[in-house]
Amino acid sequence: MNTRKTLAELAKTIRSKNAGTDKITFDIIFREKETYEMVKRSGALTRESVCDVLNVDPARLTDFVEYDPAYAIKFTILRMRPSGSAGDGDIFGAQQYAPFLDLEVDLSS
Amino acid sequence: MSSLKIICPNGHLGFAPLKTGSFHLGVDAGPDFIAADSGSDDIGPVPLGTDTCASPKAWQEHDLEEMLLAARRIGVPMMIGSAGDTGTNSRVDMYVDTIRRIAAKHKLPPFKIGWFYSEVGKDMVRAKIRGGSPIRGLDAREDLTEAELDATDRIVAMAGVHPFVKLLEEGCDVIIGGRSSDSAIFAAAALFKGYPEPQSYYLGKVLECASFCAEPYGAKETVLGEITRDAVEVTAMAPFQSCTIASVAGHAMYERSNPFHEFVAGGMLDMTNCHYEQAADKTTRVTGMEFVPAEEFRVKLEGSGKVGERYVGMAGIRDPYTIAHVDEVIAWARAQAEERFGKDGWELHYNVFGRNGVMGDMEPLKDQPGHELCVVVQGIAPTKEMAEELTMTGTRQLFYARLPDVKGTAGGVSFVLDEVLHASPAYRWTVNHTMAVSDPLELFPTHTATIG
Repeated sequence: MNTRKTLAELAKTIRSKNAGTDKITFDIIFREKETYEMVKRSGALTRESVCDVLNVDPARLTDFVEYDPAYAIKFTILRMRPSGSAGDGDIFGAQQYAPFLDLEVDLSS
Repeated sequence: MSSLKIICPNGHLGFAPLKTGSFHLGVDAGPDFIAADSGSDDIGPVPLGTDTCASPKAWQEHDLEEMLLAARRIGVPMMIGSAGDTGTNSRVDMYVDTIRRIAAKHKLPPFKIGWFYSEVGKDMVRAKIRGGSPIRGLDAREDLTEAELDATDRIVAMAGVHPFVKLLEEGCDVIIGGRSSDSAIFAAAALFKGYPEPQSYYLGKVLECASFCAEPYGAKETVLGEITRDAVEVTAMAPFQSCTIASVAGHAMYERSNPFHEFVAGGMLDMTNCHYEQAADKTTRVTGMEFVPAEEFRVKLEGSGKVGERYVGMAGIRDPYTIAHVDEVIAWARAQAEERFGKDGWELHYNVFGRNGVMGDMEPLKDQPGHELCVVVQGIAPTKEMAEELTMTGTRQLFYARLPDVKGTAGGVSFVLDEVLHASPAYRWTVNHTMAVSDPLELFPTHTATIG
């Protein structure tokens, strides 16, 4: 049985958005408690893995929370420069989540 | 009063028009207040720096007219925070004037309007720094230096509940606020009516973005919040939406770095022990929120400083060899600008869409560019004339880039427009800090008048 699925298949919502002028926050929200618990157990989303996906220094990750009431995993990074600085490709920080859609989760554990 | 109801029709008044269907369902539900926030720092530093709006006037007037007519018809206060996207003094005046014009147009019976300002003078901030009261940086920023203050053009302070409560106490029917914490607008109404702080601030937190706390996704729909001494209930007004445990709990973490804590002037809403239950099909009830008052009263400041005048150019690339060497193409164009203007005193920024224009260095697929690219060029310089020529150099020289093995020697890029476009000046966020004040109303002078 194939126990590998992408985060896009498992999550209800995968989004990013500014959290103030200097941070971008990511919300990955699951429909059911079971899926949320399975993804937590899989270890696919950790402080290390999200920094790896985004190619950011772990020092730029300011928060990483497993948020049980919403079946959600949430993490926040410091921007390289404040939102809307010239050259910023995403003033709202709303399109930074895309690489997480294809993140593979091994549900066998 | 055993409960109080507030409706919120729009999470950022003016940014896109409210949906009238669910708004009128909300008005028919008999709210005690109608409130919305109109601002955000999401829009970047340009509107604050240039003291302009990010939203079209027509959309702002549409929402203000809907809200004012409904509020006066059912006889409840209407409250707006962060007028005109930034909450600067000119935007507050503009909204007060808009309310006057709408009232005259509809010949509304007399009512009392209150408004407050929130701009902070640089002299005051400088005096605090020199007086030994540091302006502390948020989000890993250093304390504010006088040099950074010098580079700042305009500063707004973020109001908490205090000026709103004061204007409600003075009997205002309509309140137009300067820059405000989104949640404070709603919390102020509940606190004014005697509800406890935890429930009041949570009410504000959950209502601030209107239908973003409901599902399925649909922006600009009205939601209704009801507060009691123990709980907050939130109900979607749009027929296709519901407030579910997942959507309401999920909203608690929207746009903030941490889902448990919401900081406002004067304290912190702690949502760590919140309990969510489905009270009805479209309604979720929340209990267990807490509020921790701050030991020192600190107000958040937002400031924007001008970098320079700006033009924008665009170029397309289809040749696979040129795509593979796009950084060299850009380096060539940049070198031509350097030859013309020297090394300093200007900026050229390139976003390569189709490769990593959106995500920059965070893009995992930057080594797999698309089969065609769009390069957006921004040129920034002290004068418009120089910015235009600089951007033209940085864009047109992409056409002449000297790649050693290119086959197409008649021109290296495609142009949709053989010109560069005048854009807003470039600004940057210079201030994202907090300042201590001794009086919560110190930075937010209030005014009232009778209209009609």
